[in-house]
Amino acid sequence: MRKYTPKDNVQAKAKYTDRFWVAPRTPRSAVEGEHYEAALARLKESVEVLDAWIELGQMVVTIRPEQNIEALRTLKEECGYAMCSELSAVDYLAQDGEFEIFYQLLNLEEAKRICILTRIKEDQAIESIVPLYAMAKFAEREMYDMFGIVVNNHPYLKRIIMPDDWEGHPLRKTYPLEGDEFASWYEVDKIFGKEYRDIIGPENRDPARIDRYDTQRFSRIGHEVPFGADPELVDETETPIEYSSDVLVDYNKGPHKVLDKRK
Amino acid sequence: MQQQPNKLKPFFENLEFERDDNTMVINFGPQHPSAHGQLRLVLELDGEQVVKAYPDIGYLHRGIEKMAENMIYNEFLPTTDRMDYIASTSNNYAFALAVERLIGVEVPRRAQVIRTMLLELNRIISHLFFLATHALDVGAMSIFLYAFREREYAMDLMEDYCGARLTHSAVRIGGVPLDLPEGWLSDLTTFIDKLPEQIKLYEDLLTENRIWRMRLEDVGIVTPEQALEWGCTGVMLRGSGIEYDVRKEEPYELYGELDFDIPVSDRCDSYGRYRLYMEEMKQSVRILRQLIGMYAKTDSQLMAHAPQYISAPKEEIMTQNYALMQHFVLVTQGMRPPKGTVYAPTESPKGELGFWIRSEGEPYAYRLKARAPSFFHTGILQDILPGTYIPDVVTIIGSTNIVFGEVDR
Repeated sequence: MRKYTPKDNVQAKAKYTDRFWVAPRTPRSAVEGEHYEAALARLKESVEVLDAWIELGQMVVTIRPEQNIEALRTLKEECGYAMCSELSAVDYLAQDGEFEIFYQLLNLEEAKRICILTRIKEDQAIESIVPLYAMAKFAEREMYDMFGIVVNNHPYLKRIIMPDDWEGHPLRKTYPLEGDEFASWYEVDKIFGKEYRDIIGPENRDPARIDRYDTQRFSRIGHEVPFGADPELVDETETPIEYSSDVLVDYNKGPHKVLDKRK
Repeated sequence: MQQQPNKLKPFFENLEFERDDNTMVINFGPQHPSAHGQLRLVLELDGEQVVKAYPDIGYLHRGIEKMAENMIYNEFLPTTDRMDYIASTSNNYAFALAVERLIGVEVPRRAQVIRTMLLELNRIISHLFFLATHALDVGAMSIFLYAFREREYAMDLMEDYCGARLTHSAVRIGGVPLDLPEGWLSDLTTFIDKLPEQIKLYEDLLTENRIWRMRLEDVGIVTPEQALEWGCTGVMLRGSGIEYDVRKEEPYELYGELDFDIPVSDRCDSYGRYRLYMEEMKQSVRILRQLIGMYAKTDSQLMAHAPQYISAPKEEIMTQNYALMQHFVLVTQGMRPPKGTVYAPTESPKGELGFWIRSEGEPYAYRLKARAPSFFHTGILQDILPGTYIPDVVTIIGSTNIVFGEVDR
């Protein structure tokens, strides 16, 4: 029987796994007594905080997805987190059927950062944060493009990096690194039409393909043949490569580089 | 008026000559010399004035974040070169810093000095490139030649250190692979002695130049509110009067010990940003001068000692069996950082460059998000271009200093 390969996560896997290996976790500490205590207390007044801890120099807070706008508004308007540096998602569909969305916030006065995490189901949408942070006009489009997460009330939710007529969302774990069937036929389908897939064939759709029997576009080192010769008639005797034994320029003598002069 | 393809009239795909509201839609880029790579802008014009602008990106998308999920950490490091290819050391460094924070290693001091030197040299290279191309876009040809000449000397220094001019990969996770070659520091001294004279030359040519000022002053106004909302960082933020530099506020590497100033401008326009770039180059020279003195006081260790994550030095690998075994495991399987989330911000020449990494204890990052400053500086174009005139569009794009390798990733 062939080896079963799971399709819900086609990313590269560790080549060797030790069944006794337990991955450690980065040190986490409690928020109490830290700089972030006030911001967390304020946040707890306005939304339900599921969990909060300090990890590698920043506070990480998990909240409910319906309350993302409320949480970010509190942090922006009451705690001074005036900039949202980044937002995107992590695909946990294979494990939990969920996406994890993160918002990376920055307080410029105090030079402190908070990471807000929230989880949504695959078919669930999230509210746009464009009214609070204009950068979400671009960042949420990218999240939609890469993961297929629908963002409610976004002014212009359209693919941003991939073409508009693309199928699939490249950063999902189910999407293979080299692209899926749609991706590999994208140009052929678009330029010639789907019916040309058979005529062109998989061997011709790759413009970087190397054909060793093509005597017009490829030279065969060691099997030199005339340009455009019929590959059937060419005999395969090897022509050894010859190198000149005379040294034209001896690079071992004199200055190593011309560049040295310029210094 | 509706275009009729069957009538004998010019019919262009992207161009509508007349519409009811009397605006014209034109397509700018992606193959346009001042589109800084692969930017496509769809502009709606009323006469020569821009009414709406849609920046369209994605023409240089290579799926770098997807590749990061399929490569071991050390394997991915050279790929980060291809993000901001004008200043690749800053990308290598930002990635290495994020992984170092995740695995919790301390980099030896000599490696810190070398890394900071490379980062600042790279900042000069990047700023000179900005100056050259921005001036060329605006129409000052000779400054392009001068700035590129000086940039060549800086690139020679880079080449002498790591062998590459653009894609350096000179920073590794846990340190640097090589010590400085002999004579490199004296070459660097020569360079930073010469550079201030050259910067003065550029300033003499541009700062009070009537045409330059007319083209840049009050063009591309970014208000402080807009800059914050759009997540603008680096010169785009400091050009709007907000003093925030990651090197000063959240010091990494040796920036906590170094003495340098953060120039800020409250002009909010392209001219203010141009002045900041010039001033930052002078500050980089100042930093490099201090680093030369620091180098002599360090011992020779270059890579951190963390056998679980980082290979031992070459001599140990060649002489000690256990170091060889660990090296073999690290090369074939890759390091396995602990589970956790890290975001490490750094100040790249373009702005705040940070890597957000989610590790699940595997040799492959579970998710890696590169927070590229240019991505948001491209986004803000849709808000700052309306109301400006066609010739200013080119100035504004140049002044945002976007690089498409990191916009599209």
